[in-house]
Amino acid sequence: MTTVPFVRRQRRPARAARTADEPLIPHRGRRGARGYWLYLLPGFVLLALIVIVPLAWNVYLTFTMWRGIRPPRWIGLKNWQHLLTDEKFWTSFQNSVWMIVAMVIIPTVIGLILAALLFDLVGRKFGGRTASFLRATYYLPQLLPAAIAGIVIGWILRPEDGALNTMLENIGLGFLAHDWLGNPQTALPSIMAVMVWVQIGYPIVVFMAALQRVDPELYEAAELDGANWWQRFRAITVTSIRPEIFVVALTCTIAALKVFGPVYVLTRGGPGTSTIVPAYYAYSEFFQAQQVGYGATIATALTIVIAAVAILFVVAQNHAERKEREGQR
Amino acid sequence: MTATATLERTAAPIAAPAKVRRSRPGGASGKRRTIDWLLLLFAIAAGVVIVAPFYLILINSFKSPAEYATSGPLVPPTHLYFDGLEKFWERVNFPEKVWNSVFISGAVAVFAVLLSVLNAFAIGIGRVRGRTWVVLLFLLANLLPQEALLYPLYYMFKAVGLYNNVWSVIIVFTVIQAAFGTYLLSSVYGTFPKEVLEAAAIDGASRWQTLWRVIFPISRPTLSVLLIFFFIWTWNEFLIPLTFLVSNANQTVPVAISVLQGDRLMDVTTTSASALLGVIPTLLFFLIFQRTLTRGITAGAVK
Repeated sequence: MTTVPFVRRQRRPARAARTADEPLIPHRGRRGARGYWLYLLPGFVLLALIVIVPLAWNVYLTFTMWRGIRPPRWIGLKNWQHLLTDEKFWTSFQNSVWMIVAMVIIPTVIGLILAALLFDLVGRKFGGRTASFLRATYYLPQLLPAAIAGIVIGWILRPEDGALNTMLENIGLGFLAHDWLGNPQTALPSIMAVMVWVQIGYPIVVFMAALQRVDPELYEAAELDGANWWQRFRAITVTSIRPEIFVVALTCTIAALKVFGPVYVLTRGGPGTSTIVPAYYAYSEFFQAQQVGYGATIATALTIVIAAVAILFVVAQNHAERKEREGQR
Repeated sequence: MTATATLERTAAPIAAPAKVRRSRPGGASGKRRTIDWLLLLFAIAAGVVIVAPFYLILINSFKSPAEYATSGPLVPPTHLYFDGLEKFWERVNFPEKVWNSVFISGAVAVFAVLLSVLNAFAIGIGRVRGRTWVVLLFLLANLLPQEALLYPLYYMFKAVGLYNNVWSVIIVFTVIQAAFGTYLLSSVYGTFPKEVLEAAAIDGASRWQTLWRVIFPISRPTLSVLLIFFFIWTWNEFLIPLTFLVSNANQTVPVAISVLQGDRLMDVTTTSASALLGVIPTLLFFLIFQRTLTRGITAGAVK
């Protein structure tokens, strides 16, 4: 699902550029390295058609009023002014913050603990087979389309005779049972639950792959020195897989800002505006309210936020790496 | 390393077990204390919680609404009832939706891999000037929220007559998936063994021949992993298929299932059956692709 790994990309190109800027195939004749641009031609043409032109067009639309039929009318900054005072827009971003809690913070924390548990304890004392079986189990929801995951959890949260309500009644907590998705108090937490369920497997898998790198003797040495599980977890596990934690946090934050499917399937932003997210708000402005200019403005604002998040993360990561290198010196 | 690490990351659920076992000969070892058993129990409990929704959907898809009303959602059905599944299957014309999804995802996977190979050849092997920026430019496609492209694309496809045509979705996702593929393959090709390429050049192979007769076959393990991931990612896409494929006959599996939710003809167990039909393809991918993925990773992704 989430895939924009910024896996310490900067380092290698920089180093490679210094050692060799020459193509890997020794070239003959006059064409030299320039001929390679021909291979990029289809990629560039498609990228321009599908991404660059629509993106620029979308930015232009933010300065217009357009209902999709007659030509767009230039209205300057009106959409942007409206955006700043639009409470629904701010609610949508507030809900995005909750999506970040559900898709980044909770899965990363639980993922770290479960990955460490599987790697450090289950794998070691109960066999790798048990560990990898459990990991596959955790990963299962990750493969679902987000919309289908929404339908599955939504079915469990059905009002009245739904599975969750029945379960609550069975254990004597019947007074808690209610219409989870129809109540503005619990609709957002319900969607968050869907996202946690979907997302949990991703950090576990990434972290466990990262842990392969760590020397097992480190743990054994720490154990001999009397370090308990928690101390080993903090000193060895978290420290050595910090780059992966960054990657997971970045990719999941971007995914959290883009959430659309589960909201569309389960609540359509309601009740009221309690579960509205920017992606769904933009969609509904485009195709329901027919306010294309304003929808484009929301989408552009979202793009800016995502770009800012990506840049911030990369800067923070570089900063942390630099600090670490200085610390080692 | 960067590239293989990423692949390993994405593909690891299936790929890593062998390693875990290798690093600890004999599998289970060490003393097992009570606390270890408790922690194992905790890990298992987490797994049960994660699998529980699948189980609930499974048992209730084979229940009649009447049985659901009397015995509730938590116990398995006393006798199997297929009407819910059948009703939904026929209502959405499920085989047609599966075919649409397979066709779209399959076409995207093939085209996106080919496009990634061409891009990565220029960037990783050809080392064109400013390649870091070229990669970043491509990654834009993957980073952007699709909403920022949605309306212009909608308008463009309407103008050229591709609206409500599966090819609109295929073109868009070819570009989006190839963005990731370009990023990944560029760094894989950047470390391609130089001796092999030099040998091909000495034998008189042109660039085009070197790409398709040498580089392409050697990197096939990586490409097949990309192919599978592109397929699954495209299968899972929602917003763009929802917007561009409006008529029933063109819809993909997730879209067709989603648009019927809340329909008044959907009783409780039919809804469960609809969720089950959405889940099954994913489970099948998980089972089918397991081996290919493992092979792709252990084959060492070019190196």
